[in-house]
Amino acid sequence: MAELTGRDAIRAALEQEMARDERVVLLGEDVAPGGVFKTTPGLVDRFGAERVWDTPISEQAIVGSAMGAAMGGLRPVAEIMFADFYATCWDLVANEIAKTRYMTGGQVRLPLVVRGSNGGGGLGFGAQHSQSAESWAMCVPGLKIACPSTPSDFKGLLAGAIREEDPVLVFEHKGLYGRTGEVPDGDHVVALGESHTLREGSDVTLVGLAFTVGICEAAADQLADEGISAEVIDLRTLVPLDVAAVLRSVATTNRLVIVEEGPGQLGWSASLAAIVSDEGFDDLDAPVLRVCGASVPLPAAGVLEEEVNPNAQRVIAAVRRMS
Amino acid sequence: MADDSSPDRAGTLSPPPDAADLELYRSMLLARRMAEKTRQLWTDGGVHGPGHLSDGHEAISVGVAACLREGDATIGTYRGHAHALARGADPEAVLRELLGREGGVCDAKGGSMHITSVEHGYFGSYAIVGAHLPIACGLAWAQRLKGEGNVTVCFFGDGATNIGAFHEAVNLAAVWQLPLIFCCENNLYMEYTPITAVTPVRHPAADRASAYGLDRVVVDGNDVEAVRDVIAERVQRARKGDGPSIVEAMTYRLRGHSLADPAAYRPEAEVQEWARKEPVGRYRTVLSERDVPAEELDGVEREVSELVDEVAERALAAPSPQGETAMTDVWADGGSAWRS
Repeated sequence: MAELTGRDAIRAALEQEMARDERVVLLGEDVAPGGVFKTTPGLVDRFGAERVWDTPISEQAIVGSAMGAAMGGLRPVAEIMFADFYATCWDLVANEIAKTRYMTGGQVRLPLVVRGSNGGGGLGFGAQHSQSAESWAMCVPGLKIACPSTPSDFKGLLAGAIREEDPVLVFEHKGLYGRTGEVPDGDHVVALGESHTLREGSDVTLVGLAFTVGICEAAADQLADEGISAEVIDLRTLVPLDVAAVLRSVATTNRLVIVEEGPGQLGWSASLAAIVSDEGFDDLDAPVLRVCGASVPLPAAGVLEEEVNPNAQRVIAAVRRMS
Repeated sequence: MADDSSPDRAGTLSPPPDAADLELYRSMLLARRMAEKTRQLWTDGGVHGPGHLSDGHEAISVGVAACLREGDATIGTYRGHAHALARGADPEAVLRELLGREGGVCDAKGGSMHITSVEHGYFGSYAIVGAHLPIACGLAWAQRLKGEGNVTVCFFGDGATNIGAFHEAVNLAAVWQLPLIFCCENNLYMEYTPITAVTPVRHPAADRASAYGLDRVVVDGNDVEAVRDVIAERVQRARKGDGPSIVEAMTYRLRGHSLADPAAYRPEAEVQEWARKEPVGRYRTVLSERDVPAEELDGVEREVSELVDEVAERALAAPSPQGETAMTDVWADGGSAWRS
């Protein structure tokens, strides 16, 4: 085990996979000099410029090239600096990458990863560089979606994504790049589709993703002080979605709160709530509640972002509403 | 520099007629007869959905394919039937796809706009204008890393030259010196609007090439040997590592943009002029002038027509796909499950 930051864990995953498989190549803006979020430093020195390709500011070319490279037998990892920029290359993501295997009757293989920073995290990037874009991707069948919450998963889920035979978008919450945690040394791979139950509880299930997992944990700590036992589940991936784990948990706790950073007017938490309300109806003692971001573009000032985004107090208030 | 209105190169004149020439003729005829058959099946109600045919464009797909070898990649547009066939895709599987039948080349999931035959090096037909130019960059990047000297040819229409992906892709290909030939099929019209009405230069692809440090190359796209010769030169450069090219091939649709388009927006005189220049009949004349006996040319035509009739008959007799196949092949495991 080593104590690493999220960004160092990403680098560790890339180095591990590039060393293991020479078909793994990187491309993106500034990836050779180490990346704006410092997730790729030194990789060009170890693996060479033929495998670590700096690109122009051309998101369509980045994502499209990743697709073509995968079709041609490579296993590319493309970086989109901010997930908001998927809006500039959404055609390639939603119309081409997600659909081409299906539309060609399985002729085209697309083992590729697109990774990029996501969410707010109190860093003041404002409305065009702080969105939670994971729900955009979840609207489109054909994309797998990973959203790690710990340095260990930053490494393990990225490695798992690279080993997938299908396209995976990895959303890296930018508020987690600097957080430290224990990361396994050596080969560390987490398969997509397996949620992680961080703590067991009996009164309520709190489900989080990426940055909101920490919010759920903080809420669970405070609820424990009040004598309420909360189970906390980190979904880890949206596609595949580990519905079974959530249903198992709700069968014990009979209450569910889902915490999503994105705006509540739509989002992955709404899908999960609908599924649990249907398939877990007999186990529920209260309506499924969602704690989400407000339906406004994310404001720049810290105090305004706090006003908009979920936090532990809002989660606790939701739990109290259920009891 | 050639005059704006004329191609930079004419076809290589008067080599002795040989089997390769007849193969060019046969391949163009196959594309033409398949388009005609598709139109007939659409009129009869058998072909479902939109269809964009290549009558008049055949010399480009065939001339390019004649320069390529196994390991080379091509990638094209929703007007892609001829491109797939030129690389060797099975005509019956193509027709089954158009008819939505079992055994379609894309399992009846792609349809007319997504004909693909990876086993023949044709990596697909893309229906969002311009989207596949960046994808072609990635195919060429993989070829470059493998170091086997293979190349990619990317076909696109004149309309794609005003979309951002065109410029992102050509720039990237030039910066990375990719083994990639961008082949513009300029048929003068985007859909209904003339390309010159919305583009400030006469040749929308070739006249932009200099912005990316590339040569300005225009070729008569209705002259199959001219296309073959120009592309062959560019392919050789790419194989040697001398980077990408843009080639603009001038051509004309004999029919509308799609099966549903009567093309009433085109002046009759223009239509007549290009009908005289259409590539299949024109090449027959070339071969006749090279003393290929009429009986031999008639024989090729009969053989191709019979083939297309036969595969159409078999395709029409094929069953519809099983409904449950709609749920396969989203993922590499063959399924479509997204949750536990």
